Amino acid sequence: MKTAVIQFPGSNCDLDILHVLKNVLHVEAELVWHRDFKDSEFEAAILPGGFSYGDYLRAGIIAAHSPAMKHIKEMVREGKLVIGICNGFQILVESELLPGALLMNKSTCFICKWVKVRVETDETLFTRHIGRKSVLNMPIAHAEGRYVNDPEGLKELHENDQVVFRYVNSRGEVSEDSNPNGSMDSIAGICNIERNVLGLMPHPERASEPVLSPFSDSDGLKLLSILKS
Amino acid sequence: MLESILKVNVNLTAEEIAEAKRRLGREPNEIELGMIDVMWSEHCSYKSSKKVLEILPKSGRRVVVGPGYDSGVVDIGDGDVIAFKVESHNHPSAIDPYNGSATGVGGIIRDILCMNCRPIALLDSLRFGNPQSAHAKWLFNNVVKGIADYGNRTGIPTVAGEVEFDESFEINCLVNVACVGLGRINELILARMDNPGDIIILVGGDTGRDGIHGVTFASKTIREDSELERPAVQVGNPFIKKLVIEATLEAIRTGKVTAVKDLGGGGLTCALSEMSSKGGTGVDVELTNIHVREEGMTPYELLLSESQERMIFTIPPGSQDEVLGVFRKWEVPYSIIGKVTDTGRIVAKYRGKIVVDIPSKLLTEPPIAKRRARKISIITKKRASKPPIPMDFSKVMHHILSSPNIADMHPVYRQYDHEVGLRTILKPGDADAAVLRIIGKNKAVAVKIDCNSLHCHLDPYTGHAAAVAEAARNVTATGAEPIAITDCCNFGNPEKPEVYWQFKEAIRGITYMLKGLGLPCVGGNVSFYNEDEESGRAVKPTTTIVMLGLIERLSLVTSMALKEVGESIILLGKTYPELGGSEYYRLIGFGGGKVPKAVASRERASIKTVAEAIRRGYVTAAHDCSKGGLAVSLAEMAIKGGLGLKVDLAYVPHTFSMRIDEILFSESSARFIVTTSEVNTPKILSLARRRGVPASKIGEVSPSNYTVAMNGKILFECSVESLRESWQDAIPRLIGG
Repeated sequence: MKTAVIQFPGSNCDLDILHVLKNVLHVEAELVWHRDFKDSEFEAAILPGGFSYGDYLRAGIIAAHSPAMKHIKEMVREGKLVIGICNGFQILVESELLPGALLMNKSTCFICKWVKVRVETDETLFTRHIGRKSVLNMPIAHAEGRYVNDPEGLKELHENDQVVFRYVNSRGEVSEDSNPNGSMDSIAGICNIERNVLGLMPHPERASEPVLSPFSDSDGLKLLSILKS
Repeated sequence: MLESILKVNVNLTAEEIAEAKRRLGREPNEIELGMIDVMWSEHCSYKSSKKVLEILPKSGRRVVVGPGYDSGVVDIGDGDVIAFKVESHNHPSAIDPYNGSATGVGGIIRDILCMNCRPIALLDSLRFGNPQSAHAKWLFNNVVKGIADYGNRTGIPTVAGEVEFDESFEINCLVNVACVGLGRINELILARMDNPGDIIILVGGDTGRDGIHGVTFASKTIREDSELERPAVQVGNPFIKKLVIEATLEAIRTGKVTAVKDLGGGGLTCALSEMSSKGGTGVDVELTNIHVREEGMTPYELLLSESQERMIFTIPPGSQDEVLGVFRKWEVPYSIIGKVTDTGRIVAKYRGKIVVDIPSKLLTEPPIAKRRARKISIITKKRASKPPIPMDFSKVMHHILSSPNIADMHPVYRQYDHEVGLRTILKPGDADAAVLRIIGKNKAVAVKIDCNSLHCHLDPYTGHAAAVAEAARNVTATGAEPIAITDCCNFGNPEKPEVYWQFKEAIRGITYMLKGLGLPCVGGNVSFYNEDEESGRAVKPTTTIVMLGLIERLSLVTSMALKEVGESIILLGKTYPELGGSEYYRLIGFGGGKVPKAVASRERASIKTVAEAIRRGYVTAAHDCSKGGLAVSLAEMAIKGGLGLKVDLAYVPHTFSMRIDEILFSESSARFIVTTSEVNTPKILSLARRRGVPASKIGEVSPSNYTVAMNGKILFECSVESLRESWQDAIPRLIGG
């Protein structure tokens, strides 16, 4: 799948995801400056992590108004795949392509650590091949990753099976102490109702080569491998 | 004219002003005097340290760029180079810890960037007062936040560091930040203006009134009214920095850029004079062209502002379109401010009128300051008595592991993005040094920043020699060959003979160990005047050493965690009763004693032995044995591995008649702990024998308990889990968060 990695001013995981797509997964991928992005040239797009526009004002909000997002919305309408990682998730939420909000972590600090997330649904292209209840090792690195939604929105999210990942402990269970940032229902990643847009706080690109993983695995690759098809 | 001089508040001595007049052949005007003041300040000129630093070994087969440029560069093979540099930001951090530490990170990133290397890692070495004090806590929390907010936003991982708490750093905290960059040997760029006619472009953040005279502030002791110097502290903008990083690297890729330099201390004055002085050229600039943040800035302010996130570029005429196009794409502001000339003079105009005309070498070649050194005798006094032997060693173990100088620093590390860039193979705390792979190659570099200021205080020569050795052992333990250092000297007022003596001893000690290990020093930074006037108290002499190591194959990468029950634990190197300045003595409040000796031949032998054992694939875990001694090093390996161990002190190679607490907590140099399989045990011992390194198997890895015996009789035993708790809980309890 020809994939665009959108580079915003302040993106800093753009080269990382590009490396994994091109050199590890051998996907046809291209780094595209946000002003130059045209949806028609690509079958999928990734909004990478980082601090677009310095995350000033609110994480992701300025990037949400970049011309690139008009093209992203067009892709979404056409049913193409869009993945937002970390800051990319924040941008998707600020663009209202995904519901809810991402607020300051409960600890009020930036947190960088490896976590475990459980696949909550296999009714998405992204997770179909991984399987429900699978637990993946991936690191998080964010200050604003606490997922919140109003009670109604949260209910809808569950009813529509849009919760894709939840933070879990080593036994694969959702628990207070395995929720790193205070997200509602330990939500780590969600998809849209049409199931072609995925946003998640953990970084799959940092978990795609065994040499980088404390567990010597490459769980992030399982998720990204959809782009290989 | 004299009257106008008095209007500018300068730090220069009467002799220096006279010398400046003599060289200029006339009275300098106010602006020129301000420029001379900044460039001849201790911070920019190294006028007290230059002569002393000359003795350091600076060359070697891997050295590509040595001291004198923004960062040192070493060859790591295959056309790859590593640029690295460390700098202090002590004075600004003591006044404004958040912005002070953040701009410390910003400044060091630019030093790497202007060599055309991509910054790939940050390390920091921090020192604060007693963690119980509210002031130290305030400094600590804000310094960490400043580093985190800045480093994280620029997308450069903060991969390692050290934190030490000692009362001497109560007012003057030490904030040393190092940056490591990766580049290609044939793509390096030097900050020198060689070609008259080249166009000079100022790129990046707007110039404002912040940071004016930051360097002269940093060349003074901290006083009661230092708070008033807050405007001398620059304010950082990591978002602009990120854009400047990408725009700089992309602009250089056009092949049109002839030189780049960052604007740090001394601002435009420093950059223009150093670049032109190195190339034997001059500059002609129009100050009104500079893009500014505020209206009505005077020539004086424009030339001396230390506003952050700025770089100077030179390009040949006719290449504007390509290079400026890159800045426009990244939306980085720029202004064309003038051109390189062949006059050897800095000529600055304001609205077309010449306001400065001064030889660039006058600025960059200041008179050397004559300083006297006087040996401090009191600290070398030995103590004959010894403290009583503790009754309960388990309790001592829990206490020492919860010392803020030994305890788990994860509350700090986890605030830093240490994964971005996909290079961090070993995570902070997993090994003695950070290990970063070179993407696309089967190799990695190991980096460590380290110093033991307590040892350096008791014996500056030995303490600093040992600091070099320890850093070398640290990278060795990860599977690397140590290849070069850069250093950051932090001392009190050099005009005081005792402080100057400490500084000279430090450099002598570092030189001794570098020569003994065959390592070059490729750069450094000197920070003096780290003392406060009120108490007259200086910081403990502390030269942090940044050691770079090269790991030839990824399969050699070794962590400190115990791996498997039943494996042998081998101690290499001899233990001596050297507890002066040890963490154990600090804990029980016992002063004096002998600091660990630093003997280059011993260090070399044990380093070579461990390196060879790792290369042959015998070693499953390795850890340098230093702070806290054997007992703490073993505990760290057990905690990291989630496994226990059983050792017998009777097997520890040591001098005759040592007490149990001495064997456990002595911080003798030249020692390593490694683990290995039963079958490889004799092989490692024989490697050690061949190099004359005392070594023996002292025990084995066990399931869950930390057990210490003597001649088969158990001295004490505790669960590794309980040790982990003491080690992990200490920092959150002391500092909060």
